Order: sequence, then structure tokens, then C-alpha cells
Amino acid sequence: MPAHDVLIIGAGLAGQRAALAAAEAGAAVAIMSKVHPVRSHSVAAAGGINAAIAIDDDWTEHAYDTVKGSDFLGDQDAIEIMCSEAPGEAMHLEHIGVTFHRNEKGELDLRAFGGASKKRTAYVADITGQAILHVLYEQLMRFHDTVERYEEWFATSLILDEKGHCAGAVARDIRSGAMEIFDAKSVILGSGGNGQCYKPTTNALICTGDGIAQAYQIGCPLMDMEMVQYHPTTLAENGFLITEGARGEGAHLLNSEGRRFMEDYAPNKMELASRDVVSRAEQTEINEGRGVGADGQGIYLDITVVPKKRVHEALREIVNIGRDFAGTDITREPIMIRPGQHYIMGGVKTDSNGQTPITGLYAAGEVACVSVHGGNRLGANSLLDTLIFGRRSGEHATARGKEMAMPKAPHARIHDDVAMIDQIVGREHSGRRISEIKDELGTMMNEYVAVYRDEDGLTKAHEIVHRLKDEATSAYIDDHGSVFNQDVLGAIELGYMLDCAETTIVSAIDRKESRGAQFRLDYPERNDDEWLKHINVTRGPDGEPQISYSPVTITRWQPEVRKY
Amino acid sequence: MAEFTLRLRRYDPESGDAPYWEEHTIELEPHRSVLEAILQAKARFDGSIGIRCSCRAAICGSCGVRINGHPDLACHTHLDKAAKQSSDGVIEVEPMGNMPVIKDLIVDMEEVHWKKIRRVTPWLIAKQPVPEREYIVPRETMVDVTQSMACIQCGACVSDCLAMEVDPEFIGPAALAKAYRFVGDPRDDQHYERLKDLAEDPHGIYDCTHCFMCIDACPKGVAPMSQIMRLRRRAIHDHGIVDRNNGERHEEAFVSLVRQYGLLNEAELLPRSYGGDSALAKFKPAAGKVLLDSLPSIAKALLRRKVTPAAVLKPHKLAKQDLQAVKRIYETLDGKGERNEFNIYISGRDEDNQ
Repeated sequence: MPAHDVLIIGAGLAGQRAALAAAEAGAAVAIMSKVHPVRSHSVAAAGGINAAIAIDDDWTEHAYDTVKGSDFLGDQDAIEIMCSEAPGEAMHLEHIGVTFHRNEKGELDLRAFGGASKKRTAYVADITGQAILHVLYEQLMRFHDTVERYEEWFATSLILDEKGHCAGAVARDIRSGAMEIFDAKSVILGSGGNGQCYKPTTNALICTGDGIAQAYQIGCPLMDMEMVQYHPTTLAENGFLITEGARGEGAHLLNSEGRRFMEDYAPNKMELASRDVVSRAEQTEINEGRGVGADGQGIYLDITVVPKKRVHEALREIVNIGRDFAGTDITREPIMIRPGQHYIMGGVKTDSNGQTPITGLYAAGEVACVSVHGGNRLGANSLLDTLIFGRRSGEHATARGKEMAMPKAPHARIHDDVAMIDQIVGREHSGRRISEIKDELGTMMNEYVAVYRDEDGLTKAHEIVHRLKDEATSAYIDDHGSVFNQDVLGAIELGYMLDCAETTIVSAIDRKESRGAQFRLDYPERNDDEWLKHINVTRGPDGEPQISYSPVTITRWQPEVRKY
Repeated sequence: MAEFTLRLRRYDPESGDAPYWEEHTIELEPHRSVLEAILQAKARFDGSIGIRCSCRAAICGSCGVRINGHPDLACHTHLDKAAKQSSDGVIEVEPMGNMPVIKDLIVDMEEVHWKKIRRVTPWLIAKQPVPEREYIVPRETMVDVTQSMACIQCGACVSDCLAMEVDPEFIGPAALAKAYRFVGDPRDDQHYERLKDLAEDPHGIYDCTHCFMCIDACPKGVAPMSQIMRLRRRAIHDHGIVDRNNGERHEEAFVSLVRQYGLLNEAELLPRSYGGDSALAKFKPAAGKVLLDSLPSIAKALLRRKVTPAAVLKPHKLAKQDLQAVKRIYETLDGKGERNEFNIYISGRDEDNQ
């Protein structure tokens, strides 16, 4: 059975960056992913990566913008680390081959992004995530002798040793169906968010919260789970993402009166206010009858004001998306959008080295909550988060591994997972289909746990998720084979999603204030006296979520009224 | 809502049975994608249908398949269009070609595609010394390589590469487009070495037969064949690489024959590719040898009337004004003083400029 100093689960930007950092520091590394690494959802990150590299910029300004964007829920020590290390990381990416766009002088060009006080976003057209992900994969191919790749392997659970430290994982080779135990001194989760709990969502079908739920199941706390970002510009029809880069390049948001309504909500930053602010503004316009489209549920994004040549050079991907998925030529007419689920600010609680409260377990990227995003993430800070904390996790895990022997994971654990899978495969054709439960979950979350929330809706959501959890235990599947049995993986993923949804709902019920992405109609004000704190959720002995709190770290920016 | 019928190619490697076709009827709006239709069939009728997919928006590159015989992403093909293209109205979906099938619509990309990608040393070999900040490079160069960076490694071009069908060792469109991404990158230190390597490899840049299939197949506008042609231009004109495959001589002969006759003169092409770019080439020993080696092919071509003895002695004749029109094309391109780069990110598509 495989044994490595560092086992990384998930091969998006956080996972790959962790792998490269660990390999460079001399660790024996394995990186495992349920899809080929370049299919990871980081590929969909469009707009860019923030770093204070301009002469007139300073990382402290980036940090302040991030703190303000987080509605003061972000931990400022971690934000300082992320923002101060950003320029170095951007240069590192440039040196290993990312084809960042240049200005006329041949230096990195920067574009404007939401919630930022300066142009600070380096980019590759509107395929920045793809470009970085592919370049990191180039590096993985380059270092194939130190990084072992397990492509299309599905982790089924994390293993604790007798000391309660994380000592590896059980995984299934999707191609053969074989189960295997992976011993590891440290495990780094880089397995992304749980956007699939929502329907529609900008997130890929693979974003099912695997790592969040796996950590939760072994007793690791989750933090800020109530903070779910709705992106202001997703296609009205199917929820696909239209990059914030469009507004960064100057596009306008228009209501049914043809008016740039953002002047009522954020007169200074207009369309480039923080995402929670813009999404709420759009939802208010829609709710008050100024939406567009047949059902009045849309808003117009007008990209025709951006010069055509610039659109073709810097926003080509959304030209394609508009043409192929909305039948709209964005260079000639406005496109109909609305707020849609996009990102999970919360996740597995970590410190600024990626360490979770469970020794030996790390997390980085969307799966983790450091917390640098607090109540609301700024656009182009997610790529930065994955890379900075992916690297730091890889480095820290490697250093830690040098001081210790390979832990003794209880190998009999594999039988539990084999039995779990056999049980799913062997279920009778009664009960509901996995796909029905998943659909109901997504629709329900998008109704009750969305931009605007209240006690009634959240309570209803809680009841539904309880029922769905119950139904999921008997939901049947059709595929009884071993080779590429995607059906059985779908059943396991559904369980992960239900755990994520439940922790999101209980946290949202608990936070009786409005902050960042959480807006409670029944508690419409931010309440720093009582709620300037993180909500932590741990799985109790009875399997029910238990809530505790941890303080927000404030270094230099005291909470203030947030206006854009 | 409308009804559509899918005919899916199914294959279960564990059953011992041969692949077979299976039909499902689904309901969706006509502008929804073939992937959504397959996912609906999977959700409602049969969860065992195997297809890789993730983003649904033509970004992740997972769902490459053949639809009515043509490679594309399932998420990138509208149902109404696919139904119209089909001969009997049923949308036929099968796995991509040139790669072994693992199950249903899932092919082994590692075995073919990724091996070929690794063949082209797919990472930047950075110029030294590495600067403290970014490399200062011309703005256009980074816009230029964006076209090959836009490749999502879906394998659609590999699926239908005709040259690869004949020569499975051909490095192929995706990997060569990837190679351009480094050759076109001014930060890379090994342009000559890369080009020399790809020119000298008998399965390299001159193995492409210029059939345009990959350009048609690519859902992202990467135009792999154009990138291969750009590798050739750079190898020949920027680095003067004369390769042992006679690729460079073949290109020169091709270009000058068309310039001279307005059309390709097949009978002259082979000797000139080996004996040098002149009418006397056929009398050179190198040309004689290859002509001799090619006798079986020549005999076949004569039998199938691809060439006639008369045409060998008397080349194609174009009407005078047509020949002049061809010559004007050459003059225009020569007169530009710079190479015509096939890159939509810089030049835009034709319709963009209208």
C-alpha cells in the first residue's frame, strides 16, 4: 500500500500548489483527485488574481480592502499574510510560465475588480484560473519523479490513528473500483467547495463538498459555513458564470428602466462594489419589480460599452458563453444575468499554515476557512487564497513530517468503506433516486438559504435537509459494476452535500444579524457587540451539529460602517 | 420543451459483451446541450451511463465525445442542432476516436493524449537569469500564446486526427499546439532545441497532413493545425532548420510549385521535395531513389487515375487571369514584409472585423 510524507486530496490550484511546495521542500508527495487535475474547478476561475504589485499600490491597501470586503469577519493576521505574500506568489507564477497579459511596457497588466481601491488584478484574458492550473500541471509533469499522481481516485474517508491524528485516507481507484489505504504523515485537503448543494450554481458537478464533509465526519470543526457567496453576474437561465472582469472592464448593470441602479446602493464604486452588495442590490431590484426578462427575474449586464477589440482580447470566454449558452452576442446586446450561488467562504477551520485542529490534517483553498474571506470574498482573492495557503500547507506539512515516523493507521478501516460501498450497491430498487434528492436539495437551498434569509425559511430548510438525509440512506443506484461506477460515487457525494447543507443551515439560523453574505430579513443590521465572532460547527456524538464560537482576529483595522 | 432521442454507444468492460447502441428519449428545451440530455437520461433512467463531465460550460474539457460522428464537447452542442445534423433525427453519441474505450463514452486519455503531451517537454524552460520581478516581454506575445493556452485538453482534435489514424505515433494536434505555447513564449530559452526536435521527429510537425479536421473539431478556437503551421514557419524561417524528414524541402517545393503553376503539380512535388526546388530535381540521385521507392504508390496513383502520364509530362494549366490572381496572392503576402500569423486573438476572426 502507498505511503507518503504528504498526501494531498484534490488537485486544483490549492492541491497542486501544495504538492509542488512539498516536493520542493523534499517530501515524498502523492496527489490524488477524483478527476484529472486539469478538470478541477479552479479551471473555471476567470477574472484574475489580486496582488499589490503596482508601484502606487501597497499590500496593506489590499489587506484593508479584503477586511472591508469580509465585513470585518476575516481574520486579519491571515489576511496580512495573504496580501503581503501575494506579489511574490504572482511573480513566482510568472516565472514558471503563466502567460499574464502585459501592458504596453511589457510589464504585468492589471485590471479593476470589485471591492478593490486600485487596479490590482493580474489576468490571462478571462481564463486566468485555467492558465494557472495548466501551468501548475506542467510543473507536476516536470517533477513526476517526486510527485506521484493518482488521477481519477476518489477518497472515501480520512483515517485517524490511535492518538487521534490524521494518518491517511481510504480511496477508490475509479477506473478499476479497487479500494486502497494511503498512509501519510500529513493529509492536505484541497478538494474545493460544495456549490452543488445549490441549484443553480456556477460550480461544477464535482463541487460536492467531499473534503468539508470528510473532515467534519472525523470531528474537525467547520467555520463560517453560513457565509455563501452569490455572484452578481450568472446567466439567468442556467447559472453559468459571467466573470466580474466584465464589470472590471467597464460593463454596466441595468434594471428594467434601463437605469444603472447601482448608483442607489453604492454611489462610489457602482458596479464594482463588493459582491454581496451588488447581489443584494440586484435581488432588491428584482423583488421590487424592476427586473427584466419574461418572468422579471433578471438584470441586464451591458458589455457593449466595452470596446469590441478589448472584449475579444480580454473577455473572449464570455463571448463564447454568451453565444453558446444564452444565444446572446455580448458585443452587440446586453445579456440577462442574476445573482447565483458561487462560492463558500466557510469550510474546514485552519490556521494560517493550513493546519486544522486535528493534528496531521491540513486544508487549503475553498475547502478551508482560514478565514481570509470572512463574510464575503473579494473577486480575484480566491485564486490567491488557494495558492498562498496551498503553498504554506505544503511547506508546513513537509517540515512537520521530517520530525516524525510514518504513523500507524488502522488498516482495518478499509473494510468499513468497502462495506459502505457494498451496502449502497446492494440497496433495493425502492425509495428515491439519488438525482431526485439532489435536485430537491439544490432547489430548496436556493430558495431558503440564499441572498435574503429569515428564521421561517431557514427552519423549513432544516426540516427538509433532515428528511433528505433520511431518504438518502435508502436511495438506490443502477450501476453495480466496478469500472467507472459513477453512480456509487454520486451516492457518496450526496451524503457529503447533505452534511455541508446541514452545517450551513444551522450556522445561518444561529447568526442573528446581517453581515457579508448573510442577510437576515428578521435581523437586518450588523451587530458587532454580539456577532463579531466566527461560528464553528462540530459533529456531535449523536451525529448532530454542535455550535461553538471563536473570536475574530483584529490586528489593525477596527470594524467600521461599510459603504461603497 | 421538446422531445429528443439519444442513441448512446454503450460498453461495459466487465460484461464480456461487445459494445451496443441504446436509445433514450428525453425532454429539454432545444437550445440545451447534449450533455444535459445525457445527464437527464442518467438521472431518470439509467445511472450506469458512463460519461466524464464537470463544468457543463465548455471550460473543463471532460465531456469530449463524438456526436453524429463529429467530435465535440457534449456540453457545447445544442440539441436542436445535433438533431438536425443527424440523418434520422436521433442524436448519436459515441466515444472519441483514436483512444481506447474504457466504458461507455469514457476513453483512455492517459494512454494516448497525455503521453503525447508529455512528449513535447510541456513546461517552460525559463531564460536565465530569472528576473526579480516579471520578465519584460512584448504585449502581443502574451496575447498570441493565449490562443494555445485556451486549449482545455479535451481531446476532440486527437479523436479525429487523420494523420494519427495512419500513424498512431504522430505527436498530434493537441500536443503540438501545446509546443507552440512555449515556442511562442519569449521567456522560453529553448526555441531552437524544441523546433529542431519536433522537425527531426518523423512523427513531428511534418507528419501533419494539413487536413483541417482538428480546426473543425476544436471547441475553443485553438486551431491546432494553425499552430503546427506556425511551428513550421518558425523552424524554417526563423531558425533555418532543414530536417531529415524533408519536411522543409517539401514545403518549399509545394509553395514554389503553386506559385509557378497556380495549382499543385503532383508529379513534380515528390522529386523536388527530395532533389531540391528546381525542374531538374528529378535527375538528382536523392530524387531518383525516392521515386524508385515510391513506384508502388505511383503505380497505384496511375491505376486510380489520380495522375495520368500526360499530366506528368504536361502540368496543369490555369487560365491566364486565374494564374495571375494566384500570383497576386503571393505578391500581397510577400509585400507585407511580415509573416501572416494565424491568430484570432491578434487578428480577430473575419466576422469580428466586419
